[in-house]
Formats: sequence, structure tokens, C-alpha cells
Amino acid sequence: MELAAAALALHEPSMFSLEEIKSRLEAAIPTARLEIVANPSPSGQHSLRVDRDSAVAVARLLRDHAELRFDYCSNVTGVDWLAAEWTEKVKIKQPVEGGEQEIEATRTARRPAHLEVVYHLYSMEHRQGPLILRLCTGDRTADSHLPSLTPIWRSCEFQEREVFDLFGVHFDGHPDLRRIFMWDEFKDFPMRKDYVEPDDYEYEPTPHDEVLAKARKHQLPEAPT
Amino acid sequence: MKPEVETTVPRVELRPKDAAAGQWLEVAMGPHHPSTHGVFRMDVVLDGERIVQLKPVFGYLHRNHEKLGEGMSYLASIPYTDRLDYFCSLTNNWAYTLAVEKLAGLTVPERAEYIRIITAELTRLQNHACLAGFLLQDLGATGTPLMYAFREREKILDLFEALTGARMMCNYMRFGGCRCDLPEDWVPRAKKVVAETPRFIDEFENLLATNEILLARTQGVGALPAALAVNAGITGPMLRASGVNYDLRKVDRYGLYDRFAFKVPLGAHGDTYDRYFVRMLEMRESVKILEQALATIPDGPIIDPKTRLRGFRPKGGEAYGRIEAPKGELGFYLISDGGPNPYRYRIRPPSLINLTVLEDLCRGHTVADAVAILGSVDIVLGEVDR
Repeated sequence: MELAAAALALHEPSMFSLEEIKSRLEAAIPTARLEIVANPSPSGQHSLRVDRDSAVAVARLLRDHAELRFDYCSNVTGVDWLAAEWTEKVKIKQPVEGGEQEIEATRTARRPAHLEVVYHLYSMEHRQGPLILRLCTGDRTADSHLPSLTPIWRSCEFQEREVFDLFGVHFDGHPDLRRIFMWDEFKDFPMRKDYVEPDDYEYEPTPHDEVLAKARKHQLPEAPT
Repeated sequence: MKPEVETTVPRVELRPKDAAAGQWLEVAMGPHHPSTHGVFRMDVVLDGERIVQLKPVFGYLHRNHEKLGEGMSYLASIPYTDRLDYFCSLTNNWAYTLAVEKLAGLTVPERAEYIRIITAELTRLQNHACLAGFLLQDLGATGTPLMYAFREREKILDLFEALTGARMMCNYMRFGGCRCDLPEDWVPRAKKVVAETPRFIDEFENLLATNEILLARTQGVGALPAALAVNAGITGPMLRASGVNYDLRKVDRYGLYDRFAFKVPLGAHGDTYDRYFVRMLEMRESVKILEQALATIPDGPIIDPKTRLRGFRPKGGEAYGRIEAPKGELGFYLISDGGPNPYRYRIRPPSLINLTVLEDLCRGHTVADAVAILGSVDIVLGEVDR
């Protein structure tokens, strides 16, 4: 029983707590807007939400900082969050005669629809991790762009392509952003929660004309002149 | 490992000045090519016989496993994980159950941890033996090495069959423990198989490790520098062949691996030969772990009887669990919203991510070398495409 608990503890960043990492990042990159996302599960793997504009700078610092050295990006994944509304009970303080009184009130919480990309970072050099970064898009349609972290960690190359393919997150700065599992002509994003399966799986256009030209463009380099 | 590994995405030199005009040839290797180990395609651009560009093409076996996982209960996903890397169903089970255990805070009885280690190391043995056999098959040693490897694998599959009822699709582990206890004569049988394995490895090495053709075809072919390997997320024997000491059995110490004495073999050059040989050395270390585990396996329960497998609903939250699978770091990332099915079920596939550097390894080599390099990466398409 204790052994399993010890094994869980080992997965936490051993050298720095998430708060320390956050304050270091904030000191180095003052424009970064960081937020710790608590994880209520017994795994205790809390994560760090990073704003889109400073994501690349934060990632580069995490990789190159001598004490942090998160040199290995293990896992990249997308999550689709539909718009949601729920009520939760909160305790608020209300001034009454002769002091304050705590009362319970219900509050409506809202989550706008958005796509989220989660990066699991480890440090091979210091053997610590996981440090979990979360990046959020503005919405699920027009504003579904995020900066690519492939220039920082090459291991994101195929995984970001996969997130693009299945979730429809557009990674700006990715060197080769194409569909990876679905075929090029496929239109929808199958991992989204509101995806509707096609009636006919057999239909697949034969590549010709425009599609063929597009395929040529990324497959065959120009012959030397 | 220098910290300043800048822009690690390679630039393809599309117009080398020395290439003759009109010599480019585009060849689609696969999806039905014997060396691609399944339905994998490499779109190669050749200058004569040299590879100028290589683009891996995936998706022929894509069935959106992750979407399937979101549509079924936590328990129902276990048999599906068998089908990822169908050579190593038991390690797939383990990675998934480890992630669920973290998500729900479950603990595993000692005996179950021992059984997990024993089955995982047996899986590693047969995976590495087959990898060596397939690699040599691809190099032209038709039949014999592969049949030797399969002969060993059969013995291990017999053990799996006796334990789980299935040879490949074992569906054996459960969150919180294992499905059933070891049969009565299983430990002595396993001991016998393990005791015979070093002889097989010796024989294999005597026949092959200094074989002139093998050396000529693999040494110096497809060298992977350590800095690139780390940055590209390469894991498993392929990473260690480049000299990076990173084995999750030592780093995370999941299960009870810290109870056993074993070493982490490292390569020096990161070439195809090192990738082959590191696996042969790892087999010897697996034998050591197996000998210790089989000698000291304790009695006891294999699962807490109060664990609710059916109707399992972990509280909201998320967890990432990873293990050292034979092919590299196999991870599962689960998000629970408190319902009976995971809200998000993600697999971190080592086979796919280890292919990230395939183009870097193959560029400048011949087509025949690409076959050898791909063979040494060790992929299974069930896991690549999911």
C-alpha cells in the first residue's frame, strides 16, 4: 500500500513544485499569463495553462533553463470541450450586524466551447516530470489556431499533425501540417464530440486534378534544372 | 546533450547542385511491401539509389481507437488495448491499467505486481527475439533466424496461453490487479523456459553478432545522434542505442522494479547495429529480472475483491501513466468527468513517435538500407495507426 503511494509521489516534479516553476517563468517572461489548473484526481498531476502568445517562449525556456531542462516532450494530445453550463454551490461572506457571516449560495458557471491541447513534458537530464502544459483555442471554429511547439520539441511533429487531423486545431509554425491518419480529402474532425459518422464509409474520391496536384506538391521535390 | 539544440526540424535540400537533371524518381514503398511489417508506406524520392526525401504515410490501419475508447466503459477498453501492439498485449494492458489506477488511486497487491513484471519481461523477451528475427529476414537471411526466434516465442506464447487462455490477445490485467491467478505448475514451467533462454541468445549471437554481412549492412547505417533522439521523443531501446540512459523501469520505478537487480544496456553509436545489439543485451537483463521474480514471487491475493470492475466510475480528474514497453514509452492519458466512460482516452504510441526521425536516418542511404533502418526501429502498425 505504501509502495504504491511512493510510486505516485515519484511522478511529481521532484526538484521544483509547479508554483516555483510558475514564478520562475513569470519572472523571466513578464508578459506570460500562466494559471495552475488543479487536478482533483488522486494522481495529483496538476497542470499549467499558458496563453497562446507566450507559449513558444515559455516552452523554449522550459527546455533550455539549466535547472528545469524539460528536454523531452512525451505526449501531445487534444481535448474537445463543448460549451457547458452547470450550477455549483459556493460559500460567500456576507456582512451582517456585528461581523461577517458565511452563507451558501448557488452560482452558475459557464465553459465556452473550445479545443485544448495538452503537452506532457519530462526532463531526461534531471529525471523529473511530468510538467503538463495546456493551451486553449478561442473557440472551435474560426479561432482554432495555436502556436506549434514542434520547433522546440521535434517529438510534437506527428502528434500535432494528429491533433490537427482528428480535432482540427491549426498549429501555426508547424513545418508540415497535413492530415496524418485520415486521407487528405476528408473534411471533418472525427475526434470532436459532436462528430457525426458518414452514412457511407466506402466513398473515397480518386485523386485527380486539383487533389493530385496538391499531393504532388508535398511529395515530389522539384527536379533540378 | 547540449541545451541549445535549435530548430531541430531538418531542412530538405531540394536541389543539390551535384544531382543530375531529371534523375529524381518517386517510389511508393508499401503499403504492401514485405519489409514494412504491415500496412505502412514510405514515399521515397530517389537520386539513383540514394534517398533524397522520405515521407512516411500512415493511416491504413486507422480505426480511431481513441474514439472507441471514449464510447465504452473503462473495463471494456482492456481487450481493445491488446490490439494496439499485438505482439505485446500484456504490456499494453499494464500501461492502461496503470493509468486507470493513478486516476482512481487504486493499489495493486504484491503478487499481482510480480505477475505483471514476469509477464511484461516475457513479453519483452519474445518481442526482442522477433525483432531480431525480422530484421535479419529483411537483410536477406531468409527464414532461419526468424524461425529460431519464433521457436522461442512459441514457448513463451504457450505460457501466456496457460495463464490467460489466449496466446496473443491476452486481456489479462485489470485495474487493481490481474484477472486470474497463476495455474499450479506455471512457475516451474516458466522457470524452465527462462533457464533455456540464455542458450538461445548465445546461439543467436554466435551465429549472427559477428556475421560479416550483418556488420556490413548495419554498422554506421542510420546513426541517430543522442541530442536529436531526446528532442524527437525517441524512447525505448532505440533511445538507449544512442547512449541516453533513460529506462522508465529505473526512472519511474513503477511496479516493483526497484526490487530487482538489472542493468540498462546502452549503445555507443546509435546505428542500426547498436539498435539490434542493445535488444540482445536487454534480453539478457530481462532473463535476470525473470529469474529473480520467479524465485521470490509471494503468495497472496491478485486483486482486491472489493475493486469494482463493472460500473467503475472514477471521480473527475485526469492521469497520465506510462511504462517501459518493449518498443518504448507507452503512455495512456485519461480524463474522467465522473461518468462510466472516459471523457478522453489517449494513447502515447512509441511506434509512431519513434518514426519521427525515420527520414533523418534514411537520407543519403540506399533503399536497401532504409529497409534495414525501418526494421531496427521496431514498429507495429496496430499501434502506429490506432
